[in-house]
Amino acid sequence: MIRLERRSESSRAMTYLSPILALVLTLLAGIALFSAMGVSPSAALYTFFVEPVTTVYGLTELGVKATPLILIGVALSIGFRCNVWNIGAEGQLTLGAIFGSAVALYFYEVEGFWLLPLMLVAGIIGGMAWAAIPALLRTRFNSSEILTSLMLTYVATLLLSYLVHGPFRDPDGYNFPESRIFHDSAILPIIFDGSRLHLGFALALLVVVAGWILISRSLIGFQLRVMGNAPAAGNYAGFSQKAMIWLSLMLGGGAAGLAGVIEVSGPIGQLLPQISPGYGFTAIIVAFVGRLHPVGVLFAGLLMALSYLGGENAQINLNLPLAVTGVFQGMLLFLLLACDVLIHYRIRFGKRSAIS
Amino acid sequence: MTQQVPLLNLTGITKAFPGCVANDDIDLIIQPGEIHALLGENGAGKSTLVKIIYGILKADKGTIEWNGEQVSIDNPSIARQLGIAMVFQHFSLFDALTVVENIALGMENSVDLTELEKRILEISTNYGLPLDPKRHVYTLSVGERQRIEIIRCLLQSPRLLVMDEPTSVLTPQEVEKLFATLRRLSTEGVSILYISHKLDEIRVLCQTATILRLGKRVSDADPRKETARSLAAMMMGKELQSPARPPKVTHVDKARLEVKDLSLEAIDDFGVDLKNVALHVNAGEILGIAGVAGNGQNELLDALSGERSCDSSNSITMDGNPCATLAPDARRRLGFGCVPEERLGHGAVPDMSLAENTYLTAYAQMNLTNNGMIQTAARDEFSDRIIREYRVKCTDRQASAASLSGGNLQKFIVGREILQNPGVLVVSQPTWGVDAGAAAAIQEALIALAENGSAVLVISQDLDELMQISNRICAICAGVVSESIPTEQATVEQIGLLMGGATNQASVL
Amino acid sequence: MTLDFIVLALLTIITAATPLVFAAMGELITEKSGVLNLGVEGMMLTGAVTGFASVFFFESAIVACIAAMLAGTLTALLFAFLVLTLQASQVATGLALTIFGVGLSALLGQNMVGIAYEGLPTLSIPYLTELPIVGKLLFGQDFLVYLSLALPFLVAWFLYRTRAGLILRAVGDSHDAAHAIGYPVIRIRYCATLFGGAMAGLAGAYLSLVYSPMWVENMTAGRGWIALALVVFATWRPWRLFLGAYLFGGITILQLHAQAVGINIASQFMSMLPYIITIVVLVLISRDRNKIKLNAPACIGKPFHPAA
Repeated sequence: MIRLERRSESSRAMTYLSPILALVLTLLAGIALFSAMGVSPSAALYTFFVEPVTTVYGLTELGVKATPLILIGVALSIGFRCNVWNIGAEGQLTLGAIFGSAVALYFYEVEGFWLLPLMLVAGIIGGMAWAAIPALLRTRFNSSEILTSLMLTYVATLLLSYLVHGPFRDPDGYNFPESRIFHDSAILPIIFDGSRLHLGFALALLVVVAGWILISRSLIGFQLRVMGNAPAAGNYAGFSQKAMIWLSLMLGGGAAGLAGVIEVSGPIGQLLPQISPGYGFTAIIVAFVGRLHPVGVLFAGLLMALSYLGGENAQINLNLPLAVTGVFQGMLLFLLLACDVLIHYRIRFGKRSAIS
Repeated sequence: MTQQVPLLNLTGITKAFPGCVANDDIDLIIQPGEIHALLGENGAGKSTLVKIIYGILKADKGTIEWNGEQVSIDNPSIARQLGIAMVFQHFSLFDALTVVENIALGMENSVDLTELEKRILEISTNYGLPLDPKRHVYTLSVGERQRIEIIRCLLQSPRLLVMDEPTSVLTPQEVEKLFATLRRLSTEGVSILYISHKLDEIRVLCQTATILRLGKRVSDADPRKETARSLAAMMMGKELQSPARPPKVTHVDKARLEVKDLSLEAIDDFGVDLKNVALHVNAGEILGIAGVAGNGQNELLDALSGERSCDSSNSITMDGNPCATLAPDARRRLGFGCVPEERLGHGAVPDMSLAENTYLTAYAQMNLTNNGMIQTAARDEFSDRIIREYRVKCTDRQASAASLSGGNLQKFIVGREILQNPGVLVVSQPTWGVDAGAAAAIQEALIALAENGSAVLVISQDLDELMQISNRICAICAGVVSESIPTEQATVEQIGLLMGGATNQASVL
Repeated sequence: MTLDFIVLALLTIITAATPLVFAAMGELITEKSGVLNLGVEGMMLTGAVTGFASVFFFESAIVACIAAMLAGTLTALLFAFLVLTLQASQVATGLALTIFGVGLSALLGQNMVGIAYEGLPTLSIPYLTELPIVGKLLFGQDFLVYLSLALPFLVAWFLYRTRAGLILRAVGDSHDAAHAIGYPVIRIRYCATLFGGAMAGLAGAYLSLVYSPMWVENMTAGRGWIALALVVFATWRPWRLFLGAYLFGGITILQLHAQAVGINIASQFMSMLPYIITIVVLVLISRDRNKIKLNAPACIGKPFHPAA
């Protein structure tokens, strides 16, 4: 029999140890998974988690993949602290990409330093507009933002599909569902020569710092945390729940929109029917693994980016299906949530013993 | 007297939780047909002991004999099979279900609901406990809810009826009716274990009393032969402190808080509408609002604190400033303080430190924020001051609110509000579930605040407490607040009638 | 518009509604016990891929459905262990279950993409099934459809006519009170959650064995989430839920047959309809706070840890 005994004070050490423990357990599960698939576990783990970062180029690719994850992860973690479950970041990312691309395509071949900032702002506005729908429905009509934001993700994907098949399609593109390739003024500058690492990564780091200050030092961050922990206490203190819901969703939508426009103006360079391998969903895992703390999110984002790189690497070198990445990510979140029990409880084995 | 076999005989019951021994080697004997009091302060171990008797908790050590035979009560189902029934302090009722469904859930076996309905009506008329079996529980008053519990117990024809603090939710008149039912059961041979900390009740109702203190049995007594004072001395282990007294009113007739024509609809069907509430509290006085829980106290507190905004800003004025439409923080800037009933989750955030909980209400008026950033040094200084001046027992300001005992957390919250020097302080259930030492300290602090010229409004279910510390008392019933009566002219019966819905003095006198 | 077209439309409605009935009815029972499992989508996908693989492996549709239910139950067990035994957050764990289910089903199904299945055998009664119009509709369905038609009767009877159903509702309304009276809260919630998993698995099997019938990655396309919304829309009542599922089926035919009727809108916009309608009905129901509070299980989503 396993028994849980509540700690009198939640364990700070376990808060940080739990993700590490979960990671170790995930690797163990990975060994079992690879063995079951008939692949040598040591080779697979090496291909998955080490090889991608043995080169400088690999490291820069890590930054490229981590950029959207960190951007969205920081914003989602702020919302999750306030119990606002925006799980539609993928859709907000899509809208950000659409808005940003619209600007780029409208000013196609127009040179100017102002174009890129304008695109980024448009992307942020696009993501925010999409997130405003669940915010409005939650604050005005009490509808669960979980369901509405997720439904809107499907809508966003279909909208993107319509646009690249229709109005945004490259007129010289032989009817492929793709937009024109953006011209240089609409492409994010590379910050590391010979790589794809772009300015977006620096923006992500900036967002980490800003998020950190917001959540731990500011009155607004305090309000968010109180609302998440004890809404009644927040009302009593005079904090507005509606304002916090709006703030959470606007931050999440804005960051996801920014990530979206960064993807199309960075590594992709045009609008495609599919612009993200599920960054918006993976960012949920990133937020949890990062302990809902911006600095933690930075590391968790790099870790999850590694799982994407590893998945691609394993597909090329070991002929493993790309889906392994998703399984790893899901397993990590599962095991993390399981390990988190140790923060509030001690595990006791055996029957309850008499205390003499 | 012949040597009877006791109905229930507990010997050496010991139960420890991490950090405390709730029951330490307790013996308890209950005879058939006896009304037996279990007396003790909050935290003395009464609830733990009855949970062991009812099979919710398992003792670490000790034996239980039922009718002379040793038994092991592993779960409530076994207890019920033996003939033990229990009325909980916090009712085990399901709001969304009907009365008959609730009662069916308490029965051992599957029952036909129509059949059960008939039996409920039978018992309800027999014992004078009116109740409609088809109604949903959320539509019932607290008194009616208690009747469900009692009828549920009586349907099992119990040999022992355990009642945990049954009168804390009743008006004095309802208490009389309950006692009549209990006495009748006793003459029918049912034993009753009556848990309370109200001494007068025990003296008029019970034949034997077992007194617990800090988890130990300190003595047995015949409460009919004791005075309230001597029982209290046994219960607390020391002579009763001189009772608190109302503040001396020094400032005359300067209303600092005025409420007139305040109406507020409940958020949903579970709440109570406030209807044309009018009251005022003068500088230097304490106004007490008595009432049975669930009569609009929470709504009144929400309206006063600003957690819900009212329609007309004139319905609440503070020092002449209309403020009924202001948010809580805006009201605090006008000098308003508030201590809600729920400590954890309302008055304080459970998982946050005392320092952060200090910031919770003091962020604006104590200059703890600068350009939107938290001023940690000032915040920590203020929280240290609260902990020091109110003798809050804790490791330090980093301790989480949830880790404090009820009494210590209440001292912290009251201290936090009072040290912000409020002109008007509204307090709900200031000493509910708080040990005697902390309760006395909190009452002293409220009186001192009033004597310094603030207006204090105390909402409480504890009538004794209100009689001790208020200058005037009124009552709230179904969202209507009665006229107030000066405490020295008020009797318990009068207030009881007001709590039951009589609205003015004339109809009471 | 011909009669044939109407019959065809009705058949489409049934096919579209059936998986929703299964998944949502399972979730309804789970939620009635006070557990919110947001992992329906993940459980459905696991059920879909398991059912599809099993039908080729065991060569029996019934065994395939049982296998899918078992797969759904297993994933629900994982969820239940985390939230009921280890007290993890129900929202976060539900999301994890969905993410995990998406990945796991994609991995398991990688070698099955592109294979087609002939579909479940349908009822065939001499004369009756051959009746014009109603024959195919009433007497020519597969056994899962008939099961889904029986489900609201069974669930309503269980919830409102049996003692076990009463206990389940009680546990969802107040776990503390149920615990105090002596009911095994955690065990009851395990059972309800596992039932929800089994039904989600069956819903998945219906998609991969009847609706498509083949395996495609992410083939549920948000139906798990729509099922969750349906439970709210139905204010936790089995008959309303059944009606709701058929309403959604109706929307699906709009989508499929719009062109036939001569409506000319980009297909993407028609495909958006179910998601937009879901949002609309959710808003219509949720805006009445009173209604939600009176009908929602009061303990939904709250963890239960008996005080020592």
